[in-house]
Amino acid sequence: MEFLESIFILPFLDIADSPIFFLEVVISGVLAGVMYSLVALGFVLIFKASGVFNFAQGAMVLFAALTLVGLMEQGVPIFFAILITMAVMVLLAILIEKMMLRHLVNQEGIILFMATIGLNFILEGVGQIAWGSDVKKLDVGLPDKTFEYGGMLLNTLDLSAALIAAIMVTVLALFFQYTGTGRALRAVADDHQAAMSVGIPLKSIWIIVWSVAGFVALVAGILWGTKAGVQFSLVLIALKALPVLILGGFTSIPGAIIGGLIIGVGEKVVEVYWGPAFGGAIEGWFAYMLALAFLMFRPQGLFGEKIIERV
Amino acid sequence: MFYREAGQFKTTYEADQGIFPIIQDRWFIAIMLVISLVVIPYFANEYWFQAVIIPLYIYAIAAIGLNILTGYAGQLSLGTGAFMAIGAYATYKLCTAFPDLNILIVFVMSGLFSAGVGIIFGIPSLRIKGFYLAVATLAAQFFILWLFNKVGWFYNDNPSGTITAPPREVLGIMITGPNALAITRYYVVLSFLVVFALAAKNIVRGRIGRSWMAIRDMDIAAEIIGIEPLKTKLMAFAISSFYCGVAGALYIFCWLGSAETEAFDINLSFLILFMIIIGGLGSIMGSIMGAAFITLLPIFLTNFPPMIGIHIASDLAKHLEEIIFGVLIVFFLIVEPHGLARLWQIVKEKLRQWPFPY
Repeated sequence: MEFLESIFILPFLDIADSPIFFLEVVISGVLAGVMYSLVALGFVLIFKASGVFNFAQGAMVLFAALTLVGLMEQGVPIFFAILITMAVMVLLAILIEKMMLRHLVNQEGIILFMATIGLNFILEGVGQIAWGSDVKKLDVGLPDKTFEYGGMLLNTLDLSAALIAAIMVTVLALFFQYTGTGRALRAVADDHQAAMSVGIPLKSIWIIVWSVAGFVALVAGILWGTKAGVQFSLVLIALKALPVLILGGFTSIPGAIIGGLIIGVGEKVVEVYWGPAFGGAIEGWFAYMLALAFLMFRPQGLFGEKIIERV
Repeated sequence: MFYREAGQFKTTYEADQGIFPIIQDRWFIAIMLVISLVVIPYFANEYWFQAVIIPLYIYAIAAIGLNILTGYAGQLSLGTGAFMAIGAYATYKLCTAFPDLNILIVFVMSGLFSAGVGIIFGIPSLRIKGFYLAVATLAAQFFILWLFNKVGWFYNDNPSGTITAPPREVLGIMITGPNALAITRYYVVLSFLVVFALAAKNIVRGRIGRSWMAIRDMDIAAEIIGIEPLKTKLMAFAISSFYCGVAGALYIFCWLGSAETEAFDINLSFLILFMIIIGGLGSIMGSIMGAAFITLLPIFLTNFPPMIGIHIASDLAKHLEEIIFGVLIVFFLIVEPHGLARLWQIVKEKLRQWPFPY
């Protein structure tokens, strides 16, 4: 009885009690959600263009952030450091295409997925050997101040992170919609063979899409790294991005964004209000359970394409 | 020359359907058994048992379990660690609640618990597959470990939050607990591995195994020829989780001695997955070879460079190990998607003609 009360009644009383605090929780959830969205976005880009489910996206985030921090520690000015890191990510994309994807054409999705698990390990190892495995502070000059607005405590860093993420999503959407390359990417996503037959070079498309995913990883790495320091746990957000993708659908860019926000907000709200009833720390599995429940009723996700199979 | 079935005639159907139809295979298995029963115990010391051979056998059992699910039935699982944890915690609860129960029976019973939970988390597999299913098993991984961490009942409200193997004997010989000799624990683990591997080998070449493979290769077509996906997939989940559960029980009770939930985290799941990728998806022998490979590689990497005079700092060695794992996985997927098991088969094919190929 007490347990039921703590699930069905007390949380709502708490919310009604101090709506401002609730709003704060929601906002912190939105910000966490933006980060999830960024990582999920990298997944979706690659999945759309090459059908590869890139488990290494989290490791790419870590790798990009480590490279950036490492370069800045060497005294490279920030602007050049970002440029060099970008170049490294493009190089990485080329290497991945040449060494791995090219040889795995026509393999099943699961084989490709497992190959990216291997890639995940390589990137983790290389990144940490090259730049060390301590937690590092990343400071790219984003303002980090806490201020009060309408009774809520807000952080300029979080707000600028959200802003940057929003800008990037818009840019990507425009890029996909209006540029020639973007159109080619969409064509490849629709049908590999048809795209090839009208003369779209599949290999360079893959390099482009992995580079764009590397760029997204770099941005995600900068934002996470500024907030929480560059550390190994960045890899774990890759695992959090999986339920985001289930919610949003594997092939939908808006789906990745909205799924990320739902998971981010849901996680924080549930942890704060329902956590005590279960003994806390339910943040760790809530997202997966939500995704699991979602799978039962809408396996294609909110915006995904419905898969119809025939023999 | 040595590996050739010429002249081996079968006169009964039983002989023709034997598990090892070729006499050289039977000899090979017999030699392996003699090595593991007599030679290894004779030469190995405490360090080798504890650091290499016992974990190798336990991982092999878990790898066989995962291979049944992923390699034979085609359902990708990232929740192996959680299913092993269920086996370990069920064993702990059972043997503290019923101290007089034979510990070997407890191991098997805890496998059944794990199978039950496996069935529950296998239900989503009826609607979803591939990556989607991987997420469902990830839910199992995180939820179950959280549950074992949070609910004190599972570890008997022990203040340290760990489960410890209590001393238990079978036929007057101490099998678990701090006083159990490494060699007895070795024999326990070995007998589980032999029985389980033979059972798995028989399951996968029978009706059940063939229906798993049909589901793996094309589920819709399998359904049309009369294989029930519901029963088949859940059976794969149940048997796989049973293997993993027993492996998890042995993991704590015959190897580590005591552990927290961290011993069963996502890294363990990945480790077992790598074993079956490198060993070979859809092969029992491959699971054992993969387990051996992954257990021996770090030991080789720590011991080999000093031998040739190169000294590597321990954290560098750890990262190098990660990179080598990663490279090997990619390498195997590209060059030999069927893993070590396939290489072994190629060697056997070559041996048939050696030394006089056409």
